[in-house]
Amino acid sequence: MSAQLVAAEGLPWPPGVKDFYLPEVAGPFVTKFTLMIWLAVGLLIIFFMATYRNPKLVPGKGQWVAESIYGLVRDNIAREQMGSAGVKFAPYFTVLFCYIALTNLFGIIPGLQISPNSHIAFPIVLAAITYVMYIYLGVRQHGVGGYLKQSLILPGIPWPMHFLLIPIEFLQTFINRPVTLAVRLFANMFAGHLILLVFTIGGFVLLASDNVFIQATSIFSFIMAIVMAFFEVLIALLQAYVFVTLSANYMGSALASEH
Amino acid sequence: MILAAEGVEHHPLVPLWQELVIGTIAFALLCFVLLKFVMPRMEAMYQARVDAIEGGLKRAEAAQAEANQLLEQYRAQLAEVRTEAARIRDDARADAESIRTDILAKAREESDRVIAAGRESLAVERQTIVRELRAEVGGLAVELAGRIVGESLADEARRKGTVERFLTDLESAGAR
Repeated sequence: MSAQLVAAEGLPWPPGVKDFYLPEVAGPFVTKFTLMIWLAVGLLIIFFMATYRNPKLVPGKGQWVAESIYGLVRDNIAREQMGSAGVKFAPYFTVLFCYIALTNLFGIIPGLQISPNSHIAFPIVLAAITYVMYIYLGVRQHGVGGYLKQSLILPGIPWPMHFLLIPIEFLQTFINRPVTLAVRLFANMFAGHLILLVFTIGGFVLLASDNVFIQATSIFSFIMAIVMAFFEVLIALLQAYVFVTLSANYMGSALASEH
Repeated sequence: MILAAEGVEHHPLVPLWQELVIGTIAFALLCFVLLKFVMPRMEAMYQARVDAIEGGLKRAEAAQAEANQLLEQYRAQLAEVRTEAARIRDDARADAESIRTDILAKAREESDRVIAAGRESLAVERQTIVRELRAEVGGLAVELAGRIVGESLADEARRKGTVERFLTDLESAGAR
């Protein structure tokens, strides 16, 4: 049935990976995705410059919003995960949080309707920065040997267990952390977009049916698409929060004196 | 990528290197601008606000403590002043009482003294008068007797005149 419908209406059914790789705008460097990234960067710079051009002790509305985001990241993420050492990193975490949250929210903004983070390249860049930062912090804090010992060797374990635990810990700290960080963000945005495609395009596919009863069920598909769009807002903000919290946590554990 | 159109799908877990480049440059730019121009001021403002609020609270607390201390001090002083006033009043009352009794005693003494002095001078005067009178009466009696004897045989009228004269003399002497 679906193959017939695609042929009949030109609807790209079923949605698949091909829907994430749109035609280039002008060469491989100028695509919808890279343009959205520049848009996000531009919007954030304009927002923060405008709201913080002339900061006051008693803030205006824009300044209050900017400071609320900073305060959230500073106190609820940086200080929570890294203690007082985290305050120094709060500015970076704030930038990271805003960037991820905004690019995620692009997924439900009309006209954009896809998050750049559904291309794994962008999450990889962010995860790589976190990776480099926490390894750098760990080495600077403990030295190379000290940092390896701190992150690989669990204290209070009978020594034969280390043959098992050291490879696991190594995999955990130096492989899994950056990979999961990037894939978690990517997969959430990828799946979110796919779900929206399924319900939206699916609605149209149902509507294009010859049977009036099947046409009527399309309404549920559209309602579901709207519900999932709101759900995507939650996911977008939550994933930004999770990414930043985990980054802070990794950096905090690199700075910690014990495993 | 138009790979999809040709049926060769791009694997979603393989990043496009062009996007890695753009993502890195764009995010680096974002970080540079915000971390250089915005975030330091934000942290400074955050600190300033914390200082302002905590400083204000501390100042208010200090002022409150000072006010409490002053109040306590004033209360203590007031209590002190009250007991002092009561003490002064009691003293004054006691003083007044003693002064009154003193004055009364003195006045009584004075009046006694005055009365005694009056009595004494009265007695002395009386004695003097009695003594003088005694002498004078004696003299007068002698004089009268002498006159009577001197004109013994004169007539009744003359005798009467003598007596009369004597009495007049007496009166005029008394008037003088």
